[in-house]
Amino acid sequence: MSRKRTPVVAGWFTGDGTDGEGEADFRLLGTRCSACASVFFPREDVFCRNPGCPGGELTEVPLSRRGRIWSYTDSRYRPPAPYVSDPELEWQPCTLIAVELEAERMVVLGQGAPGVALADLAVGMEVEAVPGVLNEDTETTWTTWHWRLTGTPGSAEAEADAKGAAGVVA
Amino acid sequence: MTADVAVLGAGMHPWGKWGRSFVEYGTAAAREALADAGVDWCDIGSIVGADTVRGGYPGYVAGATFAKALGWQGARVASVYAACASGAQAISTARAQILSGLADVVLVVGADAAPKGFFRPAGGDRPDDPDWLRFRVLGATNPAYFGLYARRRMAVHGDTLEDFAQVKVKNAAAGALNPLARYRKRVTAEEVAASAVVADPLRLLDICATSDGGAALVLSSVDFARRHGAPDPVRIRAVSTVTPRFPNTVLDLPDIATDSAASVAPPAEPFRASIARAAYEEAGIGPEDLSLAEVYDLSTALELQWYEDLGLCGEGEAAKLLGEGATAPGGRIPVNPSGGLASFGEAVPAQAIAQVCEVTWQLRGVAGERQVAGARVGMTANQGLFGHGSSVIAVR
Ligand SMILES: [Zn+2]
Repeated sequence: MSRKRTPVVAGWFTGDGTDGEGEADFRLLGTRCSACASVFFPREDVFCRNPGCPGGELTEVPLSRRGRIWSYTDSRYRPPAPYVSDPELEWQPCTLIAVELEAERMVVLGQGAPGVALADLAVGMEVEAVPGVLNEDTETTWTTWHWRLTGTPGSAEAEADAKGAAGVVA
Repeated sequence: MTADVAVLGAGMHPWGKWGRSFVEYGTAAAREALADAGVDWCDIGSIVGADTVRGGYPGYVAGATFAKALGWQGARVASVYAACASGAQAISTARAQILSGLADVVLVVGADAAPKGFFRPAGGDRPDDPDWLRFRVLGATNPAYFGLYARRRMAVHGDTLEDFAQVKVKNAAAGALNPLARYRKRVTAEEVAASAVVADPLRLLDICATSDGGAALVLSSVDFARRHGAPDPVRIRAVSTVTPRFPNTVLDLPDIATDSAASVAPPAEPFRASIARAAYEEAGIGPEDLSLAEVYDLSTALELQWYEDLGLCGEGEAAKLLGEGATAPGGRIPVNPSGGLASFGEAVPAQAIAQVCEVTWQLRGVAGERQVAGARVGMTANQGLFGHGSSVIAVR
């Protein structure tokens, strides 16, 4: 039975993470105030939180796809519910990466993409937001965002490099 | 400057995992504080309870629960919730009642029976709750945030795992001398390094446990204290309960992102430093005047952060201050002479009150083996979820 792909939170990122959807188009989605230009993630849809702002329209805005690692850690023990994990399987530590987005001047937390090991990470490294799967149940594949190092296999940059090397890209 | 209020009595139920109700811990602490003050419960004009914490949010209502357990006697009642700062806000409420003349003598109580394991949010499907979301979307426990802060300090300031371990060594040695602490064993740096990693780079012994405990204070006007035969009581001179300023650019629990500083410049000082500054300004003193400080060492690395936020040293100099022994017993500014959260474990609504109990005993000169010689000014500091923080300055 095929599962329906559903974002774990509606409206926080583009698409549903369907395979084949261009990773290069994937973006976290925030909102921007038309009066003061403050950006919010998670999105504010009703009121601007800038205390000096008279209040403006909040419109959806994609966040920068890339940023630099502000800090990182991992979860060596199984997190409690509502985090979903298979109790039958041994817990595999998962990296958590806080990423500084230069244009937005904000830090956004996310899980590292599968295969991102703690030992690969350092503060200041460049990462990019990519679609990922949080968990699956009988009917649903819950999608999320992950942070992945740029220049690693599978990243847009590495693919471009590989194509460039093969003469595919001029 | 605001007028002082007197600390007439302080009392605590020992911290531990006792498996009993928070009502029992709080009532025991309240009876201790009343006995210490020499005030009869029936003469208390107001009781303020710090609510228990369940899933990041207020759990059991505290004020009326303790009033009933002590025996209804008609006192004014209030209950407050401010996550880890709940106890300090209970003190703040009591102080405001005293200074405004609404009450002469007020009982403040906080107690909790902590659930097992990681703190976790309340159940159900609640995507409108930031605390629920960080667990559902990221599996980000409290120690994960502590790990992020610790790694950031290592990258920016060059702190080492050994620096973090030395905070635990210091606090465990202090806690070994405190009969109210849950953990009363000295710990070596080797033992910290050998404990399991919970959230890289922090290990089990870098992170505070969650505990059962209760703490209480009897506060009064200085006039009441004099009439009551306490001419020179410990006095609370400042209670800071300020909120952050937009844009808050330090990732706080339980948030998934910081505010954006793209359109508004960030404030000159981060939230924690602003909590301390407000307390200093209210008390009319500075960090150089402190005899001791009780700070919220949720992790070893966070204790170092507080040194800088309290102005005990410059930014990035906390590990050096620790290494010099300045914050150890006998040092220039002993920090966490009680043993801190490292030795107590956190009993959330009681903890900020317990900090003031320790400062009270230190300023009275009755702290026994852990006494800071000649203590005249003590400061507490803490921070919790949802933009809450507090700092109390007491003098004698
Ligand atoms: Zn605005």
